[in-house]
Amino acid sequence: MGKIEWAMWANEQALAAGLILLTGGIVGVAGSFRGWQYAAYAIAAGTFVCLLEYPRGKRNKGTSVERTGQYCFTVCVKSFGPVTRNYYVRALLHAAICVPGGFMLATVLGCVCLGIASLIYLGAAIRGEQWEPILPRTDTRKEVANSIKQPPQNPPPRPPAEMRRKRAEDLEGAAYVNPINVIANEE
Amino acid sequence: QALSWARAPAACLNFNCMLILLPVCRNLLSILRGTIQCCSRTAARQLDRNITFHKLVAYMIAFHTAVHILAHLFNFEWFMDAQLDRNSSQLPFVLSQIGDGDNASYLNPIRTNNTNPTIVLFTTIAGLTGVAITLALILIITSSMEVIRRSYFEVFWYTHHLFVVFFIGLVFHGFGRIVRGQTAASLKAHNPLKCAARFETWGTNGTDCPEPEFAGNPPMTWKWVVGPMILYVCERLVRLYRYQQKVVITKVVMHPSKTLELRMKRKGFSMEVGQYVFIQCPAVSHLEWHPFTLTSAPEDDHFSTVRGVRRGQNGDAGRLETTQVVVLVGAGIGVTPFASILKSVWYKHTQSNQKLFTKKIYFYWLCPETQAFEWFADLLQSLEGQMTEKGISDFLSYNIYLTRWKENEVCLFVCLFVCGSVLWRLLGTTQNLQAQNVWPKAPWYQSGRVPVWPDGAGEGLGEAVSVPL
Repeated sequence: MGKIEWAMWANEQALAAGLILLTGGIVGVAGSFRGWQYAAYAIAAGTFVCLLEYPRGKRNKGTSVERTGQYCFTVCVKSFGPVTRNYYVRALLHAAICVPGGFMLATVLGCVCLGIASLIYLGAAIRGEQWEPILPRTDTRKEVANSIKQPPQNPPPRPPAEMRRKRAEDLEGAAYVNPINVIANEE
Repeated sequence: QALSWARAPAACLNFNCMLILLPVCRNLLSILRGTIQCCSRTAARQLDRNITFHKLVAYMIAFHTAVHILAHLFNFEWFMDAQLDRNSSQLPFVLSQIGDGDNASYLNPIRTNNTNPTIVLFTTIAGLTGVAITLALILIITSSMEVIRRSYFEVFWYTHHLFVVFFIGLVFHGFGRIVRGQTAASLKAHNPLKCAARFETWGTNGTDCPEPEFAGNPPMTWKWVVGPMILYVCERLVRLYRYQQKVVITKVVMHPSKTLELRMKRKGFSMEVGQYVFIQCPAVSHLEWHPFTLTSAPEDDHFSTVRGVRRGQNGDAGRLETTQVVVLVGAGIGVTPFASILKSVWYKHTQSNQKLFTKKIYFYWLCPETQAFEWFADLLQSLEGQMTEKGISDFLSYNIYLTRWKENEVCLFVCLFVCGSVLWRLLGTTQNLQAQNVWPKAPWYQSGRVPVWPDGAGEGLGEAVSVPL
């Protein structure tokens, strides 16, 4: 199947972790749990992680599949330049973000998932992967040659194919009657 | 109240985790398909959708897990509250104090106020197994996303084996008996409906409400999943045995346009028309087994496949023999099983001791260009020749429609097809195409009930094909 780009899986894992963190945070705040401040932080952190991870990076080999409507996110993430391109930075960032989530039950699952995503990103960074934005192709199409015209509505006036084709085995069938009278050149 | 919100999805999870292992027991399904095909062909066809079912059950497991966890978040919080709010005039606190002496008849699994829910999570069997199996589930889900599955199969396959961790953790999840209920004996002596309001006087002299006693509910999950787990273990053993069997490649045919045909032999091999086999190429990957439709007939002395993987397999070709008039519609690579079908029908027709109910076959083939399927055109040609010899040239009637006709390839086609009515049919229909450049409407025949088998080009073809009355 070819070399694995770990970043693809890390991206899925981080997005899932962001959503889990967000959900845990919402529950913690809505239920007024003890330590709801951590839950409030988790809402912010979860949203940030989701926004960062939503745009998929371009694959080195093979076709990259975009997520729906990711173009504007791509532009935002791309504008941070090397900070978002480098996966070491991302691994470190996720590891740092996930720590406060461990202090409250509602967010602990998000914390662990984000930690795992951080580890996978570390693996990707060690293998030299980078985040490349998927941008729409700007190459101009080849100009259509002039010879391509609208197909004719009617076939040209000529005998049908069977009669035009010359076949070695069937000389009888290859012959056809010329519609125009041919006058032999009298010599 | 949150406890019932947690126990309801837990019951659903028991059921779903029982179901999820069954659709992936491929060999078991093959046996099942064989046995029920005599009774009901529709039921047998449903077995082809096993992976779809597996995915649906997986979505349900994910959903129920989410509800279960959210409910338990509330449970932990409120149980903790009951311990922290040390007010004897509150029922939750009084209930939490029960069992402090013997540490056995308690109700509140959080036994002290000197802790917090996270610590409780990691110091109970249910909590630890819960965390482990949830992590396993999340990793399985993220590595099963279509992007990962299609591009990096190893990641998907290896990570999916975390289901072993999942099932072991699931079985032990209830072993700590953390869910408590009033014992039967205690229920006789202490009626909760009557005594709930009088909690301040429980156990005191002269009251008819002694202190209630609780015990942990016994684990139930193992009863649900042990059966499928055993079946799955058997399935993997059968697969291991079958992988060891020797298959000999007897011939490799290189067809035009880089189409490769592999002819193989294996002892005790048997097949039906339209079926497919899984093939692995160790040089490419030791893990991946891909399905390839069989292009040989059951009557052949070998079995063969042609390069090309089909999706949306329609495996009901066995019904062919019971119908008088058959319409086969193939689009692109979907023509592959028809090779097997046509060969088999032809074998049956030529062997006079075989009773063939089918009287006429109409074959419609739509493809962008025939270059990739010249191996099939060869088969059609040879069938055409044999039928003409036997004087039954109207047994099989075929129409080929090319949708991506290129003017400069006309000469190429002329060179490729030397003779026969295949050529005339080709040029006849494509002349129409050149003029209109549209997908021609195929004339549909109706003779009583005509079963139509569309194949290829995904689901769209099945809907587009209809036999007008």
